[in-house]
Amino acid sequence: MNTSIKVLIVDDFATMRRILKNILKQLGFKNLLEADDGTTALDALEKNDIDLVISDWNMPKMTGLELLKSVRASKKYAKIPFLMVTAEAQKQNVIEAVQAGVSNYVVKPFTAEAISDKLKKILK
Amino acid sequence: MDVKLINPFINATLNVLETMAFIKVRPGKPYLKKDNVAKGDVTGVIGLTGVSNGTISITFQEKCILTIVSNMLGENMECLNEDIADAVGELTNMVSGQARKELEEVGRIFKAAIPSVIMGRSHTIAHYTNGPRIAIPFFTDDGDFTIEVCFER
Repeated sequence: MNTSIKVLIVDDFATMRRILKNILKQLGFKNLLEADDGTTALDALEKNDIDLVISDWNMPKMTGLELLKSVRASKKYAKIPFLMVTAEAQKQNVIEAVQAGVSNYVVKPFTAEAISDKLKKILK
Repeated sequence: MDVKLINPFINATLNVLETMAFIKVRPGKPYLKKDNVAKGDVTGVIGLTGVSNGTISITFQEKCILTIVSNMLGENMECLNEDIADAVGELTNMVSGQARKELEEVGRIFKAAIPSVIMGRSHTIAHYTNGPRIAIPFFTDDGDFTIEVCFER
């Protein structure tokens, strides 16, 4: 797994961003950016060469699903790997995310191993 | 109050705290709560809509939430502050999500709002409906917390 890539972590809860950062650092990732909702995430994508997005779903101003759709509709980063990490675990949520082009999906609560496994699949 | 609405919240709580905070939690006996005073120092509240409308809240005693968040972050948290409030919001969010997943399996679909957090001794919890408040106490080695479930009649 290439851990030198630039990762954008998107969640309105700072606690969750910290937990994900800790896990990613343990896996060897060093290039980590944060955003607290979909709009600041889009801003970060415009200004940086991001290689992977890890995003929550339920956020104010712009949800993770809306962010995903915007990303997939863009010219610059349509193909960027996008991991949804969310408490939304109902079947319809997963279906909607897959239809919108999500790369993979992790339901909260999660273990570090679950995140690692999904990242290995996405970044193969 | 349908007991089938309560058990998913108990199961969700056990799962969330064991997975994210590595803490074993012991649920107590649910009871009907008559007042709106929180049984602790910080509360996360989240509104639910769907087959029924209501709210759930999770109220932590100070020592309990400091231990939980310390475990979640791998850092020693020493006092109630914005970091703790943020963590309570996320915990409430996760418990809601897991409970709603289990409720979906029995055909009850709910959507959740973004949680809000109240902090301070003797604060009150304003549930959105006038239904019965079912309180579920939980016990840990470092203090207790209480979930309240309140759905419209």
